[in-house]
Amino acid sequence: MNTNSNSYTVIYASVMVVIVAFLLAFVASSLKEQQDKNVELDKMKQILSALNIHDVEDPEATFNAYVEEDQILNLNCTVKSHKGGFKVSAKSADELPLYVCNVNGETKYVIPVSGAGLWGPIWGYVGLNADKNTVYGVYFSHEGETPGLGAEIATEKFQSRFPGKHVLENGDVSLGVEKNGKVSKPEYQVDGISGGTITSKGVDAMLKGCLSRYKGFLNN
Amino acid sequence: MLFSKKNKEVFVNPLSANNPVTVQVLGICSALAVTAQLKPAIVMGLSVTAILAVANVVMSLLRKTVPNRIRIIVQLVVVAALVTIVSNVLKAYVYDVSVQLSVYVGLIITNCILMGRLEAFALQNKPWDSFLDGVGNGLGYAIVLVIIAFFRELLGSGCLFGFQVIPECVYECGYVNNGLMLLAPMALILVACIIWFQRARNKDLQEK
Repeated sequence: MNTNSNSYTVIYASVMVVIVAFLLAFVASSLKEQQDKNVELDKMKQILSALNIHDVEDPEATFNAYVEEDQILNLNCTVKSHKGGFKVSAKSADELPLYVCNVNGETKYVIPVSGAGLWGPIWGYVGLNADKNTVYGVYFSHEGETPGLGAEIATEKFQSRFPGKHVLENGDVSLGVEKNGKVSKPEYQVDGISGGTITSKGVDAMLKGCLSRYKGFLNN
Repeated sequence: MLFSKKNKEVFVNPLSANNPVTVQVLGICSALAVTAQLKPAIVMGLSVTAILAVANVVMSLLRKTVPNRIRIIVQLVVVAALVTIVSNVLKAYVYDVSVQLSVYVGLIITNCILMGRLEAFALQNKPWDSFLDGVGNGLGYAIVLVIIAFFRELLGSGCLFGFQVIPECVYECGYVNNGLMLLAPMALILVACIIWFQRARNKDLQEK
């Protein structure tokens, strides 16, 4: 057979594309459920990390044990719904998710935050005490920050600088990250990462930007 | 014969004398991207080995039917399909690893080693030979990645596999991690050092 003729080439390409398309569609749809489940479990683990609960065996059961309500707030911070906040993205333009949790009898709130680092998106969760002002724990992650530099925001070492800091100063969000050694308000600011300046600034902007949307709730 | 003398050469050559990274100088881009730490470097090396071996076999089976004019497209489709499947499987069953590798799994598609081996070897050889060639080249790539990642993680963050290996007292004496090690240029310099070392020892590789 002449494998160089035009018709052979066209037919060969068409058949190949159809086969590969079916194959990929089959793989993607058969694994979709498992993948979505993994994403959800991972999100639960991240929220639990903001409550200083690490290395959980069964994220779903632990999550249900600690998180009492996944609320949805309107933009003016009135409660829209007491359930369903888990499905709302932190980037949502008209709804604010808020997790009301109970850790050892104390009420904690977890607020999701998202922003931009140097190479890609960064995101995280901020856990607050019942006074809505003191940080209880934080969790940050990133898609592709430089390992050893910006990627340090995902480490315990960086995140442990946050608990005990205050969020609001005269009604505005003051919690943030400042250049290493330039911290002027130690009750609101933490040291940034040397060599990870842009990522540190990204975390700062993310905290100020996202938490400001919750001002009505935090000041209440 | 499964392991004739020729087959053995096909498998062993890419590990040193014809290494894809240091001698053929292929796949440099991903050698920069994933070698800041050992773990992603190893997973990347193994993923490339697996995908290269399977892609080589598939292309070798198809070699008599592929129309010459679109052979590069066919190779790309085969590689892209395999990479997509692997990335989906990783996401479904080892989510943590897939998060860590993030975009790098997709980058396997653009790894020159794959196209290079498919074009240079699989299209002319039988499936079994192609399989050996794929595994050999994949491992040759993985070895170089691991060597680079070892030095970058050790000197850049003082860790291996994420565990601190340089003791705290050394830092107290004034030792600091070399931040440059974590940036891409240092990977190139390390590749160059490996090439230098290899050429100094192997006279066949030296230009006249």
